[in-house]
Amino acid sequence: MKYIDEFRDGEVAKGLAEAIRREANPARNYHFMEFCGGHTHAISRYGVSDLLPANVKMIHGPGCPVCVLPIGRVDQAIRLALEQGVTLCTYGDCLRVPASDSLSLLKAKARGGDIRMVYSSADAVTLAQKNPDKQVVFFAIGFETTTPPTAVAIKQAAALGLKNFSVLCCHVLTPSAISSILESPEVRQWGTVPLDGFIGPAHVSTIIGSRPYEFFAEEYRKPVVIAGFEPLDVMQAIRMLVRQVNEGRAEVENEFSRAVDRDGNLKAQALVAEVFEMRKNFEWRGLNILPYSALRIRSQFAEFDAEKRFPLGYKSVADHKACECGAILRGVKRPQDCKIFGTVCTPENPVGSCMVSSEGACAAHYTYGRYKDVA
Amino acid sequence: MCLAIPAQVVELRDNDNALVDLAGVKKEISLALVEGVVVGDYVIVHVGYALNKLDPEEAAKTLKLFAEMGELAPGDDLTIH
Ligand code: SF4
Repeated sequence: MKYIDEFRDGEVAKGLAEAIRREANPARNYHFMEFCGGHTHAISRYGVSDLLPANVKMIHGPGCPVCVLPIGRVDQAIRLALEQGVTLCTYGDCLRVPASDSLSLLKAKARGGDIRMVYSSADAVTLAQKNPDKQVVFFAIGFETTTPPTAVAIKQAAALGLKNFSVLCCHVLTPSAISSILESPEVRQWGTVPLDGFIGPAHVSTIIGSRPYEFFAEEYRKPVVIAGFEPLDVMQAIRMLVRQVNEGRAEVENEFSRAVDRDGNLKAQALVAEVFEMRKNFEWRGLNILPYSALRIRSQFAEFDAEKRFPLGYKSVADHKACECGAILRGVKRPQDCKIFGTVCTPENPVGSCMVSSEGACAAHYTYGRYKDVA
Repeated sequence: MCLAIPAQVVELRDNDNALVDLAGVKKEISLALVEGVVVGDYVIVHVGYALNKLDPEEAAKTLKLFAEMGELAPGDDLTIH
């Protein structure tokens, strides 16, 4: 496929690997965090780590939207379906996220909840239009890529005068998650991991542009290279990071210039600003409560806010005791360090959220990497 | 969940929608988030919406850079700013 295959060429990958090897200083170690689940997936699937010299290490970050969705939020969605009798729509990835009482949305569906997978927020609006006697709630999760489509859906519902559509808004912000990795108090609890730079998200950056990362480069002296999702993009970004570290620079560079510029998608940003505002606090799975890290629906659109329409108190729920997701999301531990990895916790029966989506660190390692360790 | 793919717009439709071609599979998507898309453009599609246009010139530059990589001597400055 155009703009995909040519960014996966194995021969070119070898050339890039050689270039990285030549440039990496054998006398030091390099630790780079790929923030985004899409990069985690690409790195595991194409074996990018195997092509890197031993002193260049990739650390998985918290950029998988399913992995950072806290149990309490999934519980709210389940309660909407089972107790309030709404038709709950959500993206497929949310369905298997473990919640309280050994439930998940999929299991709640088996118990009779009207829970539907949608491909797009627009499908949820259409469903509400077609079923005026049912309350339809869209369980909206994700980073800056899925937020603008939710804004469009809410504006559509307002334009159509729908009285039976609302959104359980759990949208989160990428820059806040990166800050939390660099400065949260839990760093003391988990220990900290030396990070020499970040691979910035691909598609999130198509919306927010490269400008928001300039703060990290300046404030924390960490280089950031925004990269596309194909393996060659990731390798080129690693090479650019190695070069920045060697030269003592901490700048924002953009490998993904075919889709990202400094300003991002201004139309999408304006839509998001019109419909959403900052939440003071939001709990993330594994990262605790982060201030100003998520969005809620503005009061002007309150009738489309499921948290206002239904009695939905938020209750925080602790992760399974054995689950190491918190440490894994911060890059302090690896999936294979979790005692129940691959035995009790598998993609078919996930205990923690990192095992759910193929972009989660545990699922990616289970699917593509785990046999290498035993071999 | 984050994964999005480049697809070519093959037909513009009512209500800000478009038909795109994803490796032979045709799909209707929304153009509500982008401006000035014409037939033939490549867009990045995610959860049914085009997030942005893809710039063919920048894509060609990036590919050229990859191709040159294997032949480089250390110290050549090809860093993209
Ligand atoms: S293997 Fe499962 S339980 Fe362990 S950290 Fe990963 S997701 Fe959590």
